[in-house]
Amino acid sequence: MTDRLDAEPARGADHGTESLHMVPAGAVPGGMAAEGGSRIVTRSQWWDVWDQFRRHRGAMIGAAFLIFITLFVIFGPWIWRVDPGALDIRNKDWRPVYFLLWNGEAKAGFAHPLGTDNLGRDTLANLIQGGRVSMAVGWAAMLLSLILGTAIGVLAGYFRALDGLLMRFTDLVLALPILPLLLVMMLLFREPLRGAFGPEAGIFILIVTVIGITSWMQAARIVRGDVLALKEREFVLASRSIGTPAHRMIGRHILPNVMSPIMVSATLGLANAIITESALSFLGLGFPSDFPTWGKLLFDSVDRMADYPERVIWPGLAISLTVLSVNYIGDGLRDALDPRIRGQ
Amino acid sequence: MLTYTIRRLILAIPTLLFIGLVIFLLLDLAPGDPMAQMPLSIPPEVREQMREALGMNEPVWVRFYLWLYQFFVVEPQVIFDAIFGTGFAEDKLRILSWQFRSPVMDIIAQRVPQTLWVVGLAYVVGVVIAVPIGIVSAVRQYSIFDNIGTFVSMVGFSVPTFFTGVLLIVIFSVQLGWFPSIYDTTLVVTGWDSFLAQLRQMVMPVFVLALYNAAQISRFMRASMLDNMDQDYVRTARAKGMDERVVVLRHVLRNSMIPVITVIALGVPQVFGGAIITEQVFKVNGLGQLLITAIQANDLPMVQTLTFMFAVLIVLFNLIADVLYGVLDPRIRYD
Repeated sequence: MTDRLDAEPARGADHGTESLHMVPAGAVPGGMAAEGGSRIVTRSQWWDVWDQFRRHRGAMIGAAFLIFITLFVIFGPWIWRVDPGALDIRNKDWRPVYFLLWNGEAKAGFAHPLGTDNLGRDTLANLIQGGRVSMAVGWAAMLLSLILGTAIGVLAGYFRALDGLLMRFTDLVLALPILPLLLVMMLLFREPLRGAFGPEAGIFILIVTVIGITSWMQAARIVRGDVLALKEREFVLASRSIGTPAHRMIGRHILPNVMSPIMVSATLGLANAIITESALSFLGLGFPSDFPTWGKLLFDSVDRMADYPERVIWPGLAISLTVLSVNYIGDGLRDALDPRIRGQ
Repeated sequence: MLTYTIRRLILAIPTLLFIGLVIFLLLDLAPGDPMAQMPLSIPPEVREQMREALGMNEPVWVRFYLWLYQFFVVEPQVIFDAIFGTGFAEDKLRILSWQFRSPVMDIIAQRVPQTLWVVGLAYVVGVVIAVPIGIVSAVRQYSIFDNIGTFVSMVGFSVPTFFTGVLLIVIFSVQLGWFPSIYDTTLVVTGWDSFLAQLRQMVMPVFVLALYNAAQISRFMRASMLDNMDQDYVRTARAKGMDERVVVLRHVLRNSMIPVITVIALGVPQVFGGAIITEQVFKVNGLGQLLITAIQANDLPMVQTLTFMFAVLIVLFNLIADVLYGVLDPRIRYD
């Protein structure tokens, strides 16, 4: 452990651009030096990260599941061509097809593999449609909060004049009670946005914005800390001494070097956004009632869960497994991006 | 330390004022109206006079000041009166709920016990479970226990409480019928039977919240223990020939508890916020449920007061966590 740390001080602290193109011969990690012999191996550090990531079993399973569920919700409507909103009152309250295994008389069949709800809407089609919305909200809100967090973190870390102001602001936002405020904001801006963009797009914009502007603080703090440390390093000094303007300095030297904390925050942000959206829908303050999301499906089924528990379990499982896999990916990424652990 | 605490306390005042202002301005945009419940037969000019009498045409800063006065002066006076039987708050206007037509604080006082019982107990249970699990996980890193422990904490941390709650209801109250699915707040504990009933209705909400809290805290505990396990002082302690038990419980545990205790302190206000969902699932009529109904009923004074109280809790426990950190770790010097 200790000798490895001594062997690669340059790679240890900054995982970034200058080592991204060309790894100095002295800093080649042990395994690669043996395989490359005397030849200078050129290999980006992201391959090392990938090697370490691949060894984290939970993260690999999580990544596989996330890819699966993403493909499932993207391409699902082409494979399962049932309209999620189509009412079919005659075929209402079907049970999932696996009920036939232990109960031959159950109202079930392959026409509706996961059953139908009390209005005869197909559960599988709704799950796919709900997944599309939940994942879209999750990704969009995560991206928004990352952009905000990174921008504020980099500005605060790089420009001393802005630091005090921006960080006090971050502390203030951190002290706000987020969930109650989210609920209040949903209540306040629902009608105006609905009027401006239509019921679905309006609520989508509202939810994404509201989640995004209430979850950027952690990313901002971490990024600021890293930028502060980076600013003192020689390559930044060198770059400044040749007159690099601030915007290029940030784009070329600072941002690529804070990618790893940003990526870890991204996974946490995605998990958080999916859960928050479901929680809002669960509390009845999310999307309109005929517009399925996983949280909404769960919320709508709670009243009848005594008779039809499967309607609660499937959307709940979808949310939980997605969040679980995203969290595992985050764990694996954190390990893979930590140079103290990588290569052990 | 004392000067630091005092400085932080003084700094907390502008923070809270700012948060109060943000909440106030946000709610000022809301479509809610205290006149909404009045009969439609009231003529417009009388309606306008009533609005005038309620002070709704005053500028924002006057209304904000009056709300602050009510929150920080009148309400404490009411509490003071209630305890000592004095008459400071007589004839003074308290913060009134539009929904219940009675003082907001009285309703909150009715709801606090339920929240404290369920949420507070869940937090205590969570901490009590999490700390030993974290310790054993770290001491036997990569053992079967550790693998199961980290997996369970990952699951507890990822699965949202509204799903665990609903799942528990499906299994234990619908299928097995062991526990009631609805928390009955009218139940008064008078004897053994009612005590058992109270216990049974508390099991599921407490379990759901405790699992969630334990998952987070045990992750912190494990990480903090692992950070300390390969420190020099631990090697020294082992080299002196100390029992492994003593090394872990005396040396490592004490040092690892420092960040964990601050995390526990920071989590307390979040528990109140997060309990909104659990209270909704199990129909516990605590503070979270009060907030939801107030939001749905457009009861702005109630929403304002509750949200601000949550903010006060967050600021307070942030302060407590920072001060605790300094008290527990003599290496940290704030002054």
